Amino acid sequence: MAAPDPLPHADSSVERDEAALIRDVRAGQKELFYELIQPYERGVYLTAFSIVHNQADAEEVAQEAFLKAFEHLDQLRSDEKFKNWLLLIAINEARMRRRKDHRNLYESIDEEAVEADDGEFMPHQFADWRDVPSEAYAKTEIKNAVLKAMESLPQKYREIFLLRDVEHLSVEETSKLLGVSKAAVKTQLHRARLQMREQLVPVFGKRWSDRLPFLKGRSPW
Amino acid sequence: MVTCAEVLRELSNFIDGDIDPKLRAEIENHLRGCRRCSVMLDSTRKTLKIVGDERVFEVPVGYSERLHKFLAKKLGTE
Repeated sequence: MAAPDPLPHADSSVERDEAALIRDVRAGQKELFYELIQPYERGVYLTAFSIVHNQADAEEVAQEAFLKAFEHLDQLRSDEKFKNWLLLIAINEARMRRRKDHRNLYESIDEEAVEADDGEFMPHQFADWRDVPSEAYAKTEIKNAVLKAMESLPQKYREIFLLRDVEHLSVEETSKLLGVSKAAVKTQLHRARLQMREQLVPVFGKRWSDRLPFLKGRSPW
Repeated sequence: MVTCAEVLRELSNFIDGDIDPKLRAEIENHLRGCRRCSVMLDSTRKTLKIVGDERVFEVPVGYSERLHKFLAKKLGTE
């Protein structure tokens, strides 16, 4: 009797080229779809979350987005990045979900009002920052603080910030995905970054006045 | 000579390297003598480093399993 194969799925551990995976899934090897989407599961969820603002809805949006991606995989053009195509599907799904949800109608109006204020952003917190070892990023306190800061951003800022600074898309890619100009991406990203920084000062900041008390109260801005 | 307000306005473009070389040099010069602007730049860079780390924004526990289960039903790969 032959000994059982110690590595019956050894072939699946071999990293496949994404283009080859797409070709094979299109050719009918459905089970390879899971391998294809694995690197993007987190990004699709976070993108959905940045729009629907709710964990359960973001999960459902992600599920529907991946299903749509599977069903329409033949529509992916060869010059398109699979990641960006997926994120666009997720953005559209999340926006549809948001529109259907009447609870968000009022929030949207409030946020439009916030965004209508185009005044210059002025920092209020001048604290220097501690050097935080990257091992500390996994701490619940830090994760909660960053999530809370992100949730405090107006909707449009949040989407741009997520795509640029969390998913590391370029200005051009972000502009294409969200259907806004590159100038708008840069302006709103700038405001989002400063607001995120401001929100996180209580967690990472040392009091400015503790370091340079003679400057207390003076603001060059 | 650029002012603190101008540095603040260009901070994001400065971080991204998306800035005219002449203005970049002026800002770098300003930063050498302005503690507040240096602190703003440093803390904004740290913000981006923190949010860009994949341990910070997590997916819910069991998300991937639930996603695969959902897809398996729809795709018929159970």
